[in-house]
Amino acid sequence: MIILDPADYLAIGLSLKIALTAVLLSLPFAFAVAYLSTFVSFRGKLLMEAVVNLPLTLPPVVVGYLLLLLLGSKGWLSPLLEHLGVRIVFTWRGAVIACAVVGFPLMVRSMRIAMEAIDLRLIQASRTLGATWHDTILSVILPLSRRGIIAGSSLMFARGLGEFGATVIVAGNIPGVTRTIPMAIYDYAASPGGEPLAAALCAVSVAISVAVLILHERLGRKGRG
Amino acid sequence: MELSISLEKSHPGFTLAMDETLSGERLGIFGPSGSGKSTLAAMIAGLEKPDRGRIVLDGETLFDSDAGIDLPPERRRIAMVFQSANLFPHLKVEENLLYGYRRTPAALRAIPPEGVVEALGLGSLLRREVAHLSGGERQRVALGRAILANPRLLVMDEPLSALDDDLRFQIIPYLRGIGEQFRIPYIYISHSLVEMRLLTDRVLPTSRGSASPPIHPKELALQRMGGSHVGFINLLRLPPPFRRDGILHYPWGNVNLQLAGEPTHDGEALYELSSRDIILCREHPRAISARNLLPARVLRTLPSGPRTGVLLDFGGMELVAEIAGGAAAELEISPGATLYAVIKASAFRRLG
Repeated sequence: MIILDPADYLAIGLSLKIALTAVLLSLPFAFAVAYLSTFVSFRGKLLMEAVVNLPLTLPPVVVGYLLLLLLGSKGWLSPLLEHLGVRIVFTWRGAVIACAVVGFPLMVRSMRIAMEAIDLRLIQASRTLGATWHDTILSVILPLSRRGIIAGSSLMFARGLGEFGATVIVAGNIPGVTRTIPMAIYDYAASPGGEPLAAALCAVSVAISVAVLILHERLGRKGRG
Repeated sequence: MELSISLEKSHPGFTLAMDETLSGERLGIFGPSGSGKSTLAAMIAGLEKPDRGRIVLDGETLFDSDAGIDLPPERRRIAMVFQSANLFPHLKVEENLLYGYRRTPAALRAIPPEGVVEALGLGSLLRREVAHLSGGERQRVALGRAILANPRLLVMDEPLSALDDDLRFQIIPYLRGIGEQFRIPYIYISHSLVEMRLLTDRVLPTSRGSASPPIHPKELALQRMGGSHVGFINLLRLPPPFRRDGILHYPWGNVNLQLAGEPTHDGEALYELSSRDIILCREHPRAISARNLLPARVLRTLPSGPRTGVLLDFGGMELVAEIAGGAAAELEISPGATLYAVIKASAFRRLG
């Protein structure tokens, strides 16, 4: 039995924290995008869908580099970020954003599948019964997309735990700040004698993933919708 | 209630253009599938937008393309009942029933939930999941849900089409009752002439995207008798029978009818009789196996394809018979003529 050292526990905790924050941060936006692409037709819809799905096909390193261009100290958004006094690059926030962007299309897709399965007549019925469109979203679409929201969240959480390419560019590999499980495994695997520790962290990764999948199945099966 | 619609709507391969005014409390929109009646219903409720035109309900403009008016569905207060009940699967029966009620301003809540639950016999279902309801129960809940939204108009789009015949005729009395009991005017949409005649006073016939002027449902059925493969369906509401000499007799106007089969009801029941199951004789046939032999007077004749329709009066009660064109001449049938109608006891079919 390999005993993990405190830095590794820190990496595990950090991974969980970053992935969870990315999921919570993405939920409202992913719901909005899924809603727009399922129920609303508007100009530029194709463009929105392309942009949202881009991280699915781009190498994560490219996504990371683009985020660096956007959020870096000389990036396009740097005046805004400076004004707000927020530093993103090479902080855990950067890792959250990398996770969020890379996992976003997975979450949107799961939600969309759930929303597409909602009978349009239910939405129409709620409107003729006196519900405004935002009331219908909260009282009909949201509860009936529950399954997709859970599936998308767990998928994105699992994907976030494994995020490497984009994170390493935007947030770096700073112990205790942005050194997540994959970063730690990378370090161990590259250093002589580190293989047992890399293997131990891999086992932790597998255990967390299996736990997430089991939770996902449980929650998904409970009740309909 | 007065509803005037003047609108146009194009779908690929289909154009709907109508300009009619409907007035009454129990209205129907009749037409085969593809006639545009569901599209029309959706436009009245605000679920679809006409390309251009106007929809005015009791003086209030719901839609006017020229004036840029398009009230959203929740402000039209027109509740809909669809063919599939479309109950909210994540809510229990009671929450489904109250969905619209909770969204109705307190000042407009004229119909109490308890009254509707009782009228529709839903008391034992309130805590149920909607997935565990039968087809008829679902449709009753959907109806209750719509009524409890306290709409000023109820639009029912083929609400019985997904149900089998037995259930259909079990639910029709509920539909008839709600209009009377809760005073909600309704528009009933269907391709069934029998439903139209049981539920509406005035019908807008539609066909391939256009409408003909509103007409009484019985007149519509008489017009279409020749093209129908079952002829004209006479509807008879009969009280419970009495037994005389071991035979069941059903009072009907001044006469008694003999029907095959045992009675299965305590109160009044509805029977149908096709116009093609009535035989007409000039003189009294002395011996005949058919159990009903009734003197009748001809009120009027009407064309019915290759046949002739004959509207008969039986001392205040009316039936429509259909005979071959040649037979009409041979029998010298003309208004005022008296003859005998022969009906087999097995020709009557119980509806509900």
